Amino acid sequence: MGVPKRKMSKMKKRSRKAANRYEGVEATFCQSCGKPVAPHRACKGCGIYKGKQVITVSE
Amino acid sequence: MRHRKHTFKIGRSGAHRRAMLANMVSSLIECGEIKTTLVKAKEARRLADKMITYGKKGDLHHRRLAISKLRDETAVKTLFDKVAPSFLERKGGYTRIIKTGTRVGDAADMCILQLVQDSTAPAKPAKKVKKVEKAQEPTVVETPAVVEASAEAKAE
Repeated sequence: MGVPKRKMSKMKKRSRKAANRYEGVEATFCQSCGKPVAPHRACKGCGIYKGKQVITVSE
Repeated sequence: MRHRKHTFKIGRSGAHRRAMLANMVSSLIECGEIKTTLVKAKEARRLADKMITYGKKGDLHHRRLAISKLRDETAVKTLFDKVAPSFLERKGGYTRIIKTGTRVGDAADMCILQLVQDSTAPAKPAKKVKKVEKAQEPTVVETPAVVEASAEAKAE
């Protein structure tokens, strides 16, 4: 069975892991109220999705 | 083997799941829309579409099949008398899922599962609104001309 010959150095390991970065949250902006919205979801600010009132939002 | 028999188990035994889905689809038929988690909605949608197909066939045999699945005779009555006739022109895709974010507490994806009944109705008024706006524009252009004409008449 293949076995590593050398211990992996911290730098080697960390520089590989540096590519796996958190890229943040995807968001678009509501077309009616302009607030940031998760894509493909009804706006929590105004309750509108695709131009229709989907949920009633209490202010 | 259960190859390609894709289903959502939703953390319940088969009987529990069938009972829950029957209740959900009955509520959907009675109310037109239900608020639930995304996974439950996707599974309930299958049963709902099948029940509406039964309703469109409309005979006694399919009514009895629907009662055996939904276990709710009043819901099946509204299904066969009111809901299914409104879908006669639509070939499948009777339900719509609108995602509404996550639930507080367990961060479950929540959504609204609704019957696609008002799909044609809101689309037409939207077009009419645009036409009205276009129709208003010429009148707006005309009114200054009238004002100018009256102003000229006064100047004279």
